[in-house]
Amino acid sequence: MAIERFPVEASHILMFARAVGDANPIYSDAEYAASTEVGGIIAPPTFAQSSAQFDPNYFLRPKIGQPWFGSGREPSGVTREKKDGESSGAASGGLHAEQHFTYHRQLRPGDILTGTELPGKTWDKEGKRSGKLVFTENITEYRDQNGELVITARGVGVRTERVIES
Amino acid sequence: MALSASKIKVGDTYSEQVVDNLSRTQIVQYAGASGDYNPIHSDEIWATQVAGYPTVFAHGMLTMGLTGKAVTNFVGDGRLTNYGVRFVRQVWPGDTLTTAIEVSAVRAEGADTVAEVTITTTNQNGEAVLTGSATARLDP
Repeated sequence: MAIERFPVEASHILMFARAVGDANPIYSDAEYAASTEVGGIIAPPTFAQSSAQFDPNYFLRPKIGQPWFGSGREPSGVTREKKDGESSGAASGGLHAEQHFTYHRQLRPGDILTGTELPGKTWDKEGKRSGKLVFTENITEYRDQNGELVITARGVGVRTERVIES
Repeated sequence: MALSASKIKVGDTYSEQVVDNLSRTQIVQYAGASGDYNPIHSDEIWATQVAGYPTVFAHGMLTMGLTGKAVTNFVGDGRLTNYGVRFVRQVWPGDTLTTAIEVSAVRAEGADTVAEVTITTTNQNGEAVLTGSATARLDP
C-alpha cells in the first residue's frame, strides 16, 4: 500500500469523526480547537486508516468502469480473488486481526502525507473454530510534507479456512 | 482536559458506552469515510449468500474508532503516543458497545511522564470484542 499523496483535509476529518460517533469539537470547530492546548483541529486517532481513499489500487473500493465483487443483479459481480497489481490495504483482505498506531505527532488539516510500506512478517497457527489461520503483517510509515515521520501503522490481517461466527 | 501525573494512579478506571444499537447505516457511514467498501460490511446479499455470514458486520476499524473516542475522552486530546488493539470478536448491527479503560503504569519516558492503559470493549452480552492498550503523555 504505497500512498504517494494523502492530503489531510478538515472536511474529511469531520466526516471521519462523525462516522466513529465522536462529537468532540477538536475535530470540527476551528475556533474552539484554537483555544485549546493542541491549538487547532487534529485528526482522530484512527484517521490514518483512511489513507485507503488515496491508494489508487485499493482492492476494497469500486473502480469506475470495472466490475465490483459485491452484489448487483447477482449476489456477486465477480470472484473475490484480487488481481495482480491491486493492493489490499492494512488487513490484507480476509479479516483484520490487529491494528497498532504510534504517534510521533498529531495529524492536522493541511498535512500532506506519503505512506511507505515496510516488510512485515507472515505466520500461521491452527484455530479451533476456523481451521488454519494465516497472519500477515503490514507496516506503513506516514511522513509529512517535510519528510518527518508522523504516524507508524502496523496492521495484521488473518485469512481463515472457514467462516467464523462469533 | 488532559490527565495530570500527580493525580493519576495505577488502577484508576474509566468507562464509556461508545455506541448504542449500532446501525447498518453507521457502518455504511464508516465505509464512506474510511474508504473501505468491503461488501462484507454493507452488502447483506453478498455477506450472507457469497461470504456465508449471518449478516453484515462492522469494520474492525470502526470498533477501534469508537473505542478511540473513549480513550481520548479519558487521556485528553492530542496526548496519545501509542494506541494498539486486537479484534477478538465480530461486532454486528444492533450491538451496544462499552469501553473500559484501566491505568496499568505511570512512568517516565524521556522528559515526559506517560500513562499506560489497558482497553477492553465489550458488547451487550459482556463479551470482549476488542482488547488493547495505549500510552499517553501526562501533565506534570
